[in-house]
Amino acid sequence: MSVKDKVIEIIAEQAVLETSDVTMESTLEDLGIDSLGLVESIFAIEEAFDISVPFNANEPTESDFDISSVASIIAGIEKLVAEQA
Amino acid sequence: MNRVVITGAGTINALGHTVAETWAAMKEGKCGIGPLEMKDVDRLTIKIGGQVQGFDACTTFNRQQLALYDRFTQFALIAAREAVAQSGLEFSGEMAAKSGVVLGTSGGGMQTLDENYRNVYEEGKNRVHPFVVPKLMNNAAASHISMEFNLKGPSFTVATACASSNHAMSQAFQMVRSGMAPVMVTGGSESMLCFGGVKAWEGLRVMSKDGCRPFSANRNGMVQGEGAGVFVFEEYEHAKARGAEILAEVSGFAMSSDASDIVMPSKQGAARAISGALRDAKLNPSDVGYINAHGTGTAANDKTECAAVADVFGRHADSLMISSTKSMHGHLIGGTGAVELLACIMALKEGVIAPTIGYEEPDPECALDVVPNEAREAKVDAVLSNAFAFGGLNAVLALRAI
Repeated sequence: MSVKDKVIEIIAEQAVLETSDVTMESTLEDLGIDSLGLVESIFAIEEAFDISVPFNANEPTESDFDISSVASIIAGIEKLVAEQA
Repeated sequence: MNRVVITGAGTINALGHTVAETWAAMKEGKCGIGPLEMKDVDRLTIKIGGQVQGFDACTTFNRQQLALYDRFTQFALIAAREAVAQSGLEFSGEMAAKSGVVLGTSGGGMQTLDENYRNVYEEGKNRVHPFVVPKLMNNAAASHISMEFNLKGPSFTVATACASSNHAMSQAFQMVRSGMAPVMVTGGSESMLCFGGVKAWEGLRVMSKDGCRPFSANRNGMVQGEGAGVFVFEEYEHAKARGAEILAEVSGFAMSSDASDIVMPSKQGAARAISGALRDAKLNPSDVGYINAHGTGTAANDKTECAAVADVFGRHADSLMISSTKSMHGHLIGGTGAVELLACIMALKEGVIAPTIGYEEPDPECALDVVPNEAREAKVDAVLSNAFAFGGLNAVLALRAI
């Protein structure tokens, strides 16, 4: 499974939606994922890829990790996975 | 001062998943204690307990809820749902703003602690689930009940080991009696039956390997249980005005501290709590027909408790009934007083005294009518529920029929 498909699967599960309902343009807010849901999604992503996501819930916009859309999250994860390799 | 009545009761414990099932089991003298089922049970010396059986959290709670609810919170919510449904109350407006929830627990989210310590220490993982803290905190159950039922008044958790529930219900009682709150949801919950929880208790060498036999000469220790009991305490006129079914009246309480030893019980401390509860409830000793004993099945507790009862009640100690239902559901630690209050309500409302099962040999140091092995029909008008905790903290509640 590609990084993109896996991340979408995790986000969809968190939002209790079908993967087909999660588009690249969707924001977490669109999907109904709140701050706790975001932290839980990041945990699931870290577990799935064995990476560490630089995200601080106190200052989400200041983090090095862009969570403004599904596309930006996937791009960030792909970069982290590549760095890991 | 307002009168305080109980208009709802709920439970889940080793004897049943509802109050009706629990009462039926108590009347039959059923034993809910059996072989423990948990990871690494073969590494335990104590392999028995009063576990809740046939309960699948996944059919009761959704995925998001399961991520946030430790087993002790699950138990508390199940019991609260039954109690609030029975009361028929819905909380809104000023009533919601003033009504709250006070729960007892000793270990809080012990299952969550155990599982995550395993993850980081045993399995060497460097990452834990983000909800570990909100899941394990001792007030999690009280907070989730508050959220589910819109209870916005005084809400908190009391931790006094084995007396937690009685202390919690005493607080709730005072709030309704004083007029501070029209309704309080109260009781306790515990789920310590995990590897670390049982292992810790093993260390103290007060646990029985084969069964809980309170007051019996051949008793050899306590057996842990798990579960919750939750009640709706309501101001009497409020309950009467809306035609609510009243299960019993809470008529008094007392609390005391032994100020002597961290684990050994004290006759004086227990006696002061018992006599204090009688005074507070304006009961004469001869009014009391039944006492739900703390009755842990340890050598020290049972003889100390019987001596305290004999001191307070004098000759009447020989005519009242005193039983320990821990022989059936085990010791629910911080939740135990709440589940045991059900036996008190059953005595008042159904006229049936729950037995002390597993009773095999009389002990001259426990020479009271402990209702051995079989439930008994009897009309009683006033009862007490004892709880004496490690740390020497005692809390006794007095209930009356209404």
